[in-house]
Amino acid sequence: MGAIPEIANIDELVNRRLEELLPQKIEEALRQREESKTPSMAIIATRGTLDWAYPPFILGSTAAALGWDVSIFFTFYGLNLLKKDVSDLKVSPLGNPGMPMKMPFGPDWFKGINWNIPNIIQAGVPGFENVATMLMQQTIKNNGVATIEELRGLALEADVKFIACQMTVDLFGFSHDDFIGGLDFAGAATFLPVAQKADVSLFM
Amino acid sequence: MNFDKELDARGLNCPLPILRAKKSLAELQSGQVLRIIATDPGSVKDFAAFAKQTGNELLASAEKDKEFEFFMKRK
Repeated sequence: MGAIPEIANIDELVNRRLEELLPQKIEEALRQREESKTPSMAIIATRGTLDWAYPPFILGSTAAALGWDVSIFFTFYGLNLLKKDVSDLKVSPLGNPGMPMKMPFGPDWFKGINWNIPNIIQAGVPGFENVATMLMQQTIKNNGVATIEELRGLALEADVKFIACQMTVDLFGFSHDDFIGGLDFAGAATFLPVAQKADVSLFM
Repeated sequence: MNFDKELDARGLNCPLPILRAKKSLAELQSGQVLRIIATDPGSVKDFAAFAKQTGNELLASAEKDKEFEFFMKRK
């Protein structure tokens, strides 16, 4: 029976050749898929203060400019970022030792001072948060940093998808009229499959 | 260097120079060149990364008097 060793021989040769070729072929196919794929990003935005309004809109609009598909899910306090009027977003230095308290006006030596104001004063002085917010807004302006409204508009224009958490809308007693247009009102079940397919997934 | 359109991004900070550049490039035809002037020091690395990711070629990048000049060719 000469046929059986022959088949075994062919099998062995085929196997050996496949082992040589496959890694190369697979690598090439993967690289081609990687190159032709549109990257995607899914962000969960949960904060509603002026400082935390920036990361989702900066990263979202920039990713869109790079040609990525972007979805942002706004939930809990993050919903505030979708209100028609975002000029009332505030920032609080109270209990936030990482936040510099510097004056955005005056001579350079004065601007350089970091005002170390004790928490008890920050908490006790009425309107302290409003003053801190005004100073932050002025600093933003001085540094040529975009306003939240501008970044949000640019993100929408670049087809960043905004998903507003319907549960939070009900929980906080908001109505759809409080928000800008172009939103999808949905829940976790809508967002998770989007996040599952995303290359980059961020919680803010 | 010759260019077809100019973007003045002076005084703008991250990510505005990139976002504006993206918009300006969209108004150009393939092969046309956009000149960008910026003051954001982060824009040097950012425009290189933007070019690499989007396939628009960064023809030149230079600094002079704290201003940054970029020439980008639309894909």
